[in-house]
Amino acid sequence: MSQAANATRPFYWSVRRELWESRSILVAPLATTGLVLLGFLVSTIGLPGRRLETLTLDPLHQLKVIGEPYVVSGVILTGVMMIVALFYCLGALFDERRDRSILFWKSLPVSDLTTVLSKAAIPMAVMPALTLAAIVGAQAIILLVSTLILAGAGVSTAIPWSLGDIVGEGVALAYGLVTLSLWLAPVYGWLLLVSAWARRAPFLWAVLPPLALCAGEHLAFRSNLFTAALIDRLTGADAHAFVGAWPLSGQGPAGLPPLGLARIDPLRFLGSPGLWVGLLIAAACLAGCVWLRRRREPI
Amino acid sequence: MACIEARDLRKTYGRSVALDGVDLRVEEGRVLGLIGPNGAGKSTALAAMLGLIEFQGDLRVLGLNPWTERDRLMAQVCFIADVAVLPRWMRVRQALDYVAGVHPRFDRAKAEAFLARTTIKAASRIRELSKGMVTQLHLALVMAIDARLLVLDEPTLGLDILYRKAFYDGLINDYFDGARTIVVTTHQVEEVQHILTDVAFIDRGRIVLHASMEDIEIRFAELMVASDALDAARALRPIHERQLFGRHILLFDNADRDRLAALGEVRPASLADLFVAILGGPPSPSATSGAGA
Repeated sequence: MSQAANATRPFYWSVRRELWESRSILVAPLATTGLVLLGFLVSTIGLPGRRLETLTLDPLHQLKVIGEPYVVSGVILTGVMMIVALFYCLGALFDERRDRSILFWKSLPVSDLTTVLSKAAIPMAVMPALTLAAIVGAQAIILLVSTLILAGAGVSTAIPWSLGDIVGEGVALAYGLVTLSLWLAPVYGWLLLVSAWARRAPFLWAVLPPLALCAGEHLAFRSNLFTAALIDRLTGADAHAFVGAWPLSGQGPAGLPPLGLARIDPLRFLGSPGLWVGLLIAAACLAGCVWLRRRREPI
Repeated sequence: MACIEARDLRKTYGRSVALDGVDLRVEEGRVLGLIGPNGAGKSTALAAMLGLIEFQGDLRVLGLNPWTERDRLMAQVCFIADVAVLPRWMRVRQALDYVAGVHPRFDRAKAEAFLARTTIKAASRIRELSKGMVTQLHLALVMAIDARLLVLDEPTLGLDILYRKAFYDGLINDYFDGARTIVVTTHQVEEVQHILTDVAFIDRGRIVLHASMEDIEIRFAELMVASDALDAARALRPIHERQLFGRHILLFDNADRDRLAALGEVRPASLADLFVAILGGPPSPSATSGAGA
């Protein structure tokens, strides 16, 4: 009676399903890249004249001015990724219960573990990969367009970086996004856990208890350890994964701002207890998500 | 082998008892109607069989414990919890892609052939479809899955009569092949009556009647009597009595047909009448079969 079984790829199709449902995962980096490039195009008016002025500055300031659009595009796209990831996680295991579609998903042979892992993979892997592609694409277009404009105006198109520097920046960027994902894993885990647990208002349930803990600790013990840990978790990925100043913001050993590849410090990052504690918390949150998804009923 | 075997199946939510010791055995190849009033425990029983909730007692579906072996069970079981659960943001083509990508026993060509007979377009979003079309889509997905057990919980709720009829006709003509087992709950008894091989009435968390349709026909009979024969008929201990256009209709369980025939007109009891008789409270001469509730 049974036909030959089809080959199935539940994890792959579960990730595809997330991309179908939450189109902002794809649309947000594309739209942001478009806006960044639009802003850059507006800024190219009068670029040759400004570049001539820039070239009269000392090397440190030259680097800062010429490098600015590359840094800004990377920061904006990474920030947008984090905001989209926040809202994605809060809806990931909540919306399927609210619209009752969980009953359809559960009628198919896809385990709760596969489902939860596919949803965790979106902010942890898919979005960083898309963001990396968007940043590299935006920076390549910025480099290409500014070179063409400058060449057309007869201004020097020389850039302060070698090809090796540029490839190194790409590697450092990828390293930065990977370490950011690992560092933020407990945050994503917490958001997914709230999404699996809350019966309403997952945003408030995700945000208010940590704030209450901060306030409670301050009132009870006059200390701010939890607040400090929270701030470190939300904003400290760069400080743990890299050494030295932010890109182009300070001076390196040679009096020039250090490039990304010179700043990466994977050993220190891997040796940071905060990373491993965070990953343990993330694993516990995901285990909680699997447990809750088995038991929670449609809202 | 029994497809479903439940012994002393219990489920409580806080202090309210949803399943109060259900015993049920469904052989493979049967079409069972699980029928009961709202809140009787139908959906809870199905949820337990599908591994959606934890339960107490002994329950095996296709030889597996639905709660602890749910992932293996779902490769062989298919269910429609309610037609309104297809994700509204999804496109028809995406639904086909997804089910084909995760289900080892899904025959995509079969689903597409079924959809080709409807007006549903592959590019449509589910939110753009009418409720009847969503039902057709869900049925197309489910019928293309070579499952050993199909569970339907109020599958036609909220649909108009044309779609309800088409749904059950499609189920029996295109899906049921005698080897599969189907369990369906509904309170629209009349509409499923002709497709069932077995029926189980559930009330307050217990199975109060479980029999094959042939047995139902042999056991239960309705007698329509005029007033003058009423006392003689009542002496034969009917399980239920109602009045229709001034005539009395008495329902008997295991009564002698010849003795009934001497008193009036005998006919087989419909499931709806049995439902009212068995679940509608104690027999009372003043019962007027639910009118004016």
